[in-house]
Amino acid sequence: MNKDSRIQVITRSSIPLWRDERVIQGIAQVISAALVIGFLIFFVSNVLRAAHDRGLSLSYDFVKESAGFPLAESVIPYDESRSFGYAFLIGILNTIKAAVVGIVLATALGTTAALARLSSNWLISKIASVYIEIVRNIPLLVQLFIWYFAVFQNLPIVKESIQWPGPIYLSQRGVYMPSPVPTSTFGNWIAFVVGGIILSILLHILLGRYRLKTGHETYPVATALAVLLIVPALGWFLVGASPLVADIPVMSKFNFDGGTRLTIEYAALLAGLVIYTGAFIAEVVRAGIMAVDRGQFEAARAVGLNGMQVLRLIVFPQAMRVIIPPLISQYLNLTKNSSLAIAVGYPDMFFVGRTIINQAGSAVPVFSMVMAVYLSISLTTSILMNIYNRRIQLVER
Amino acid sequence: MYRKLFKLLAVLSVLSFVLTACGQVATECPPCPEAAECPECPPCPEAPAAGEARLEIVKARGKVVCGSRTDLLGFGYLDADGNNVGFDIDFCRAVAVAIFNDPNAVEFVPLTAAERGPVLQTAEVDLLSRNCTWTSSRDAAWGNFTVVTFYDGQGMMVRKDLGATTLEDLDGATVCVTTGTTTELNLADNFRERGLSFEAVTFEDTASVYNAYEEGRCDACTSDKSQLAAVRMGFTNPDDHMVMDLTMSKEPLTPAVPQGDDQWFDLVKTVAYVLINAEELGVTSANVDEMMSSDNPSVTRLLGVEGEFGQADLGLEVDFAANIIREVGNYGEIYDRYMGPNGDAFTLPRGPNKLWSDGGLIYAPPIR
Repeated sequence: MNKDSRIQVITRSSIPLWRDERVIQGIAQVISAALVIGFLIFFVSNVLRAAHDRGLSLSYDFVKESAGFPLAESVIPYDESRSFGYAFLIGILNTIKAAVVGIVLATALGTTAALARLSSNWLISKIASVYIEIVRNIPLLVQLFIWYFAVFQNLPIVKESIQWPGPIYLSQRGVYMPSPVPTSTFGNWIAFVVGGIILSILLHILLGRYRLKTGHETYPVATALAVLLIVPALGWFLVGASPLVADIPVMSKFNFDGGTRLTIEYAALLAGLVIYTGAFIAEVVRAGIMAVDRGQFEAARAVGLNGMQVLRLIVFPQAMRVIIPPLISQYLNLTKNSSLAIAVGYPDMFFVGRTIINQAGSAVPVFSMVMAVYLSISLTTSILMNIYNRRIQLVER
Repeated sequence: MYRKLFKLLAVLSVLSFVLTACGQVATECPPCPEAAECPECPPCPEAPAAGEARLEIVKARGKVVCGSRTDLLGFGYLDADGNNVGFDIDFCRAVAVAIFNDPNAVEFVPLTAAERGPVLQTAEVDLLSRNCTWTSSRDAAWGNFTVVTFYDGQGMMVRKDLGATTLEDLDGATVCVTTGTTTELNLADNFRERGLSFEAVTFEDTASVYNAYEEGRCDACTSDKSQLAAVRMGFTNPDDHMVMDLTMSKEPLTPAVPQGDDQWFDLVKTVAYVLINAEELGVTSANVDEMMSSDNPSVTRLLGVEGEFGQADLGLEVDFAANIIREVGNYGEIYDRYMGPNGDAFTLPRGPNKLWSDGGLIYAPPIR
């Protein structure tokens, strides 16, 4: 310890305690901790006491009881004799179905709209601006109501369905389309498909390496794609009977039987979520592209890359660093906003949860389950996106 | 010099003391007459003190507080002048007439389906008359159910051109239904029992259910028959739709009173008995004064001219029944006013709501 620091210690000790920054900060920490803990105790005990006073059950035993209520749509088989827990699982799967498809489509729409807004074509750029500014400023619930009640419910009734090319029928009950049904030769055909995929990957790698080594053009992408198409097509004829047959929807007394279908409830929710979130994603992507220095575009053009290559090879890899963090919150918003499905009759997790609360009378346990699942979905999305974000960050020396 | 610090510490320690104290005693609040020490303990509910009868409270207040609704044609709705009218509303008025001889001595509290149970449990209303189905669990948890005033059942509404007459005709149909109701469960039960399939479209909001049905999203919609009849009248083309002639469940609609006051429970039941007996004996609002001099002792007893049937025990005037009939009418008059052939709301055949003597289910103990 040298002389200077000893002087410092002496000076410190002469500062009054209440003016000492460390003391003040310490006290502030204690107070805020006490407040936070106090509020937590208050709220939890309040819920427990209120539930006890009103005779609300806090037990989770109800999940094994028979549900008894119908669900409009489910990804896995469901009927009324299943348990409340199983019905809740259907709700979770329906939420995931809306969120995953919604995220993919919203990203595609958002990116397209961002590029359109940045386009030098005046008309395209203005159309994109109008879409973004209008959609971002109307509440999502209002948009969902418009989609469901004003658009999809006004499609023709099921008996007067619009027939699209092929056996695809559009009506206010949704889109009915053929679904593929595997036959006995399906297993053999799948072997061809898998073989084709492996072969095309191998060819792509080998031809690519050969091109790098020799400098001769070998068309690795085109060759791989061709193999990917030709091998399964060859297999289709070699296995004998057709490996897949189409299950075609046929109108019966009330609805179409057979085939697969997309309900208008799901379509309305998806349209609302994708178009709303897409507008926000467009602005995120636009900000990311504009953050890339103009010199990068010019340099890329100068070395002879075409427009698409400039975007793919130069601009996007750099823009991603700016885009990803706000994009994560848009993905989380979309997932959480899917709980508005209750307004358009799509049985997502929140909808099923509300029904269970009414039928089983267990509000507190059901809400805790709903919160836990939303939290898990959101945290998983967040973790995956953060891993991706770390991979694309600048590696600094 | 250290005064400020001392103050700070003092505040902090008091704060933490209060927080920990209140946190610990959270589940053991003092029994209700004692004042709660911590803000966490709820204020004692303003329940009537022991010995104070509900009838006394109602008389002191000068009006009956009646849990009702304003949105269901026929049962509880508003007329063109904004007055509460309807089948359930008139029952509240009958109770008010019994006590005050004034059909307007009622305060109507509009309630949603979710609110009605807790409101009755905490005795915030004197009477719940809101097309509420009597079930064993509600009887055990909510309050005392008095007398069934309307025998309803779950029905199914379809488009006429569908030509459906039985549930079997609806095999494979799409049905719109309100979620979280007994209706939704009965629908599934009825179809499963018969081995039929159906597709449900469910909404939490009742208006969305009927909107989706009317637009054609569903082939049928289901609810209490009386509600379907009421909703049908609101459609653009009511004649295109029909309520099928079948009953999927029992829905006895019954006024209820809070638990724990036998005199009040008896009073409300007796009002219902009076309405039914008056119809049975042919006493109407038009002829009640002539009937005072009837030769039938059952009539004169009912009207309080001779004999006695427990008016004093109920805490009412001897002629309260005559007042009810004069001001509100008998059971049949109330029914016809809203749902009769020339009813204000819509026409619904009385069906099971005919008097027992006409082959229906409406039956009341004798007034004597």
